[in-house]
Amino acid sequence: MIFRKDTWIEILGSVSKNKARTTITVIGVLWGIFIYITLSGAAKGLDNGFEKQFERVAMNSMFAWAQQTSVPYDGFKTGRQLQLKLRDVTILKNKIPEIQFIAPRNARGVFGGETPMASRNQKSGTYNVYGDFPVLVKIATKDIYDGGRFLNEEDVQHARKVCVIGERTQKELFNSEEKPIGEFIKIGNSFFQVIGVHKYAQGGGFEDDGDIFIPFTTFKQIYNTSDNVSWMAIAAYDDADVIKVEKKVKKVLKEIHRVAPEDDQAFGSFNLGEIFNKVKGFSKGLTFLSLVVGVATIFAGVIGIGNILLISVKERTRELGVRRALGATPYEIKTQIILESVFLTLVSGVLGIILGALVLAGINALTKDVDDFPYTNPTVPIPYIIGALLIMVVLGTLIGLIPAQRAVSIKPIDALREE
Amino acid sequence: MGSNVLHVLKGINFSVEEGELVAIMGSSGSGKSTLLNILGMLDLLDSGTYTLDGVPIVNLNETKAAKYRNKFLGFVFQSFNLINYKSALENVALPLYYQRIPRKEREEVAMQYLKKVGLSEWATHLPSELSGGQKQRVAIARALAAQPKVLLADEPTGALDSTTSYEVMQLIQEINDEGKTILVVTHEPDIANMCKRIVQLKDGVIIEDKKITQIRASDYV
Repeated sequence: MIFRKDTWIEILGSVSKNKARTTITVIGVLWGIFIYITLSGAAKGLDNGFEKQFERVAMNSMFAWAQQTSVPYDGFKTGRQLQLKLRDVTILKNKIPEIQFIAPRNARGVFGGETPMASRNQKSGTYNVYGDFPVLVKIATKDIYDGGRFLNEEDVQHARKVCVIGERTQKELFNSEEKPIGEFIKIGNSFFQVIGVHKYAQGGGFEDDGDIFIPFTTFKQIYNTSDNVSWMAIAAYDDADVIKVEKKVKKVLKEIHRVAPEDDQAFGSFNLGEIFNKVKGFSKGLTFLSLVVGVATIFAGVIGIGNILLISVKERTRELGVRRALGATPYEIKTQIILESVFLTLVSGVLGIILGALVLAGINALTKDVDDFPYTNPTVPIPYIIGALLIMVVLGTLIGLIPAQRAVSIKPIDALREE
Repeated sequence: MGSNVLHVLKGINFSVEEGELVAIMGSSGSGKSTLLNILGMLDLLDSGTYTLDGVPIVNLNETKAAKYRNKFLGFVFQSFNLINYKSALENVALPLYYQRIPRKEREEVAMQYLKKVGLSEWATHLPSELSGGQKQRVAIARALAAQPKVLLADEPTGALDSTTSYEVMQLIQEINDEGKTILVVTHEPDIANMCKRIVQLKDGVIIEDKKITQIRASDYV
């Protein structure tokens, strides 16, 4: 009976000719699925947005820097200022096999020190300057505009006076029609040749769109930093637990610098994996919440359908009585009511999905160019949609059973007498 | 309602031959509608037997009754009982829907019967756009559409003025002339006199059952 075309034409007739009832019924479930789609799509968009913000940085990476000791140890007083050295890098790499990449870094401007001035012709500005190794890009990706490149091993080896500048640096030091690659800018008292312009990407933490990167060795010469290292960026292998690596790194550093093993103040560290997991946990929680709220709203909508069908069955007692007098079996009457319920649920469900998708697309279009709002490509996975539709069909059937049973519980003769 | 047992019919014994046009008369409460409902399998009998076209109607559950109603019986009600959101044509086609007849064929047959009652031009109209007499003629077309053995009419003219009543009776007589067996419940003597046999009920028993000379409704129109 369900697969007869006529059955559906009959149901279509019944629902399309009772417009007010149909509309009210449809709105209930439509609203439910709309909320469900919009919420879970938005949650997914946030999730994607967070992921995008973090995609520039290796998720299992960490940073470590030196501070002051807080425990006297090995003949040293408390409060000793510690300094990371370039040789620490090799020791760390040798002692901790989980480390994939390790990039020692120095900087002027960002963590204290005077922000260096850069100039070209009559234009000038102050920018943070970093002394880096090429391995940095393995830990925190740098997008370089066409025609340029990042620092390489040769640059470091020969302490070349080359630099990678930021988008903002380019904008402020060059005219819009000038090509910066190959040109020279003055940083402090030295001239540097520009080898690349990096694209600014949100999510890199303290870095910004004006940053200038120069070879570590060049930095050392200019600022006279000898083998000192401000901090280290470390990436662990994908299968390694970065939290354990963080602990090991600190342990090894304490050994090298003769610091008490229990001294928690001596070295600072920051673990992106942990932060990332917290953010992911938040968006997971949001997804779950939206799922619960959405399903609950669908549930409420379907109950609304049941409610209205129950009233409409009462209203249609006479019609159903006539149908039975004309030869409709109780099974046919029941099927009709249930199918009306399922049909209404499905139609409103599909409408709700379309409406929800439109709203999501709208939000996506509005937030496309907003970089600091973590919201990207809000989608609802197809299984979620199919799941929701299935839930609706099942609930629609179940809720339809009540008015259907009511419809056939009245004897046809009583139904016909009903005024 | 359920616990109150009320014996409306107290021993009815009568049979109707094929092609008869029988009026069942009686004052209200005499049991005439109950009798018709039992014949129409809309109501159940407590005891006794009922044979329709040689088929004993026993062990009647709702599904079985529905099938019998669809196959053997056509109903005409005092209040027409057309489905208000369906056009005249769709109303007439409804019993055929429950016979699983394909849509096209259903509409052809329905159109044929609408033509028979003179309303083919009103096929697409809703009941609310029809007069009382037209509604009853649509209802008669609907009752005939499934080609039942018997037509059961419960006060078919009860809601109509006398001119329209006679028009409806004329139609019923014409259908009877073609050989259809028809039972009409009425309390109006002039309507009863247009039948071929009058059964008088009082307090649940038959007090009179006589054949009469039919008065043609066309004489009045």
